[in-house]
Amino acid sequence: MSPARTLATARRVLLQLRHDPRTVALMLVVPCVLETLLRLIFAHRRAAFDQAGGPLLAFFPLTTVFLVTSIALLRERVTGTLERLLTTPLGRLELLGGYALSFGLLAATQAILVSALTLGPLGLHIRGPVPVLVLLAVCVALLGTGLGLLASGFARSEFQVVQFFPVIVLPQLLLCGLLVARQRMPVALHAVSDFLPLSYAVDGMHHLSLQGGAGVALWGDIAIVLAFAAGALLLGAATLRRRTE
Amino acid sequence: MLGVGQVTAVQIDGLTVERGGRVVLSDIEASFSAGQVTGLFGPSGSGKSTLIRSIAGVQAGVHGTIKVLGEEPGSADVRRALGYMTQAPSVYDDLTVLENVRYFAAMRGGEVGSVLERVQLVPWAHQLVRNLSGGQRARVSLAAALVGNPRVLLLDEPTVGLDPLLRRDLWRLFRELVSEGVALLVSSHVLDEGRRCDELILLREGRILAQLSPEELSRRTGTDDLDEAFIRLIERA
Repeated sequence: MSPARTLATARRVLLQLRHDPRTVALMLVVPCVLETLLRLIFAHRRAAFDQAGGPLLAFFPLTTVFLVTSIALLRERVTGTLERLLTTPLGRLELLGGYALSFGLLAATQAILVSALTLGPLGLHIRGPVPVLVLLAVCVALLGTGLGLLASGFARSEFQVVQFFPVIVLPQLLLCGLLVARQRMPVALHAVSDFLPLSYAVDGMHHLSLQGGAGVALWGDIAIVLAFAAGALLLGAATLRRRTE
Repeated sequence: MLGVGQVTAVQIDGLTVERGGRVVLSDIEASFSAGQVTGLFGPSGSGKSTLIRSIAGVQAGVHGTIKVLGEEPGSADVRRALGYMTQAPSVYDDLTVLENVRYFAAMRGGEVGSVLERVQLVPWAHQLVRNLSGGQRARVSLAAALVGNPRVLLLDEPTVGLDPLLRRDLWRLFRELVSEGVALLVSSHVLDEGRRCDELILLREGRILAQLSPEELSRRTGTDDLDEAFIRLIERA
């Protein structure tokens, strides 16, 4: 592993984003707008807002980072830059490290901005420490990088790769406990939700909402999200073949 | 075939490549040396890109042996020493010329400014690649292959679509590079450019027609017109 090549890759990905300010603005502004919308929908039901607003903070980085990673890596595959990079000393894990680093940073920025708005002016109550909330968002972003990378390995075009969004992300949203608490779901669905990483991210948010400190259960949830992220990244790395047809 | 002091950089023996159950390269024997421009010529679909990708170590379905500087293609040592320019410009559209070349320099080390000078892109260094013409993009892609002074350079159709003046300058650059000891393989489907090479590898339908110098090709076929010479070789085969 060469930290220099990993850092150069992270820098390159961030530079690409810098030349695309509209995408960055959308990534940062849209979650803020959605949290505001949620607050307005629940204008007279503060408890409902507290319950849904928190888990959404964990959901945004998954959406954002999944979409940008899957499309960015698909482009690398289609335009031949990936093929060229794999003829240089750059290792696959260094490449992935660069992506994870840059999108992790982006997710942290997003989480700081959105939670500042949501916990401040919108008045969401959480009892846990805010830095842990940002950490959880970054872990979810790493998961998004891994899942996006995997999706890009099974798509041939940008049309195909965005179709993986409803396949990979939306079922997790339905089953994560945001709509119906997981304990109150039918047994089979509860069991399925146990295998979905977003469930643990949302569980973690619930712990953050309800508990003052950062307890064992919260760290456990974060560890599970990280384990899923690592698994997805490693599976995704296997789709980065040097030799192709 | 090798002259005095020439070192074989790439040696290919019994190379066969299958793609989707179809044989696209068949029993290829070829080699090329440091200090020479070797031209890989053949009509489109003859297997030029597949051969270059095989040497670069990115082609699947490869049988036979290829040695690059005595090592396996794709090995860590080869990756440090090899520059590869794909046929379609493989650079980042949403980065500037300078940012692109800097990134590839970070992969292998090497100096950015002199490379931009060599491909005549200094005036466009701060332009986004997506705003450049096709020919300029191709040169960004070339710069990304040149940076870090690779000892073996594989260029897949680097002169396609360039205006004649630029094409002449590029061939001068290729001469400069081989005088520095680079082993250079350049593919093209324009046989006319064969004259500027030291050695030709002629490819047709996945097989090697001949590997020889342009002079020898003229002598053997009795014509100075390379297109005509190619046709005569095919008819004889």
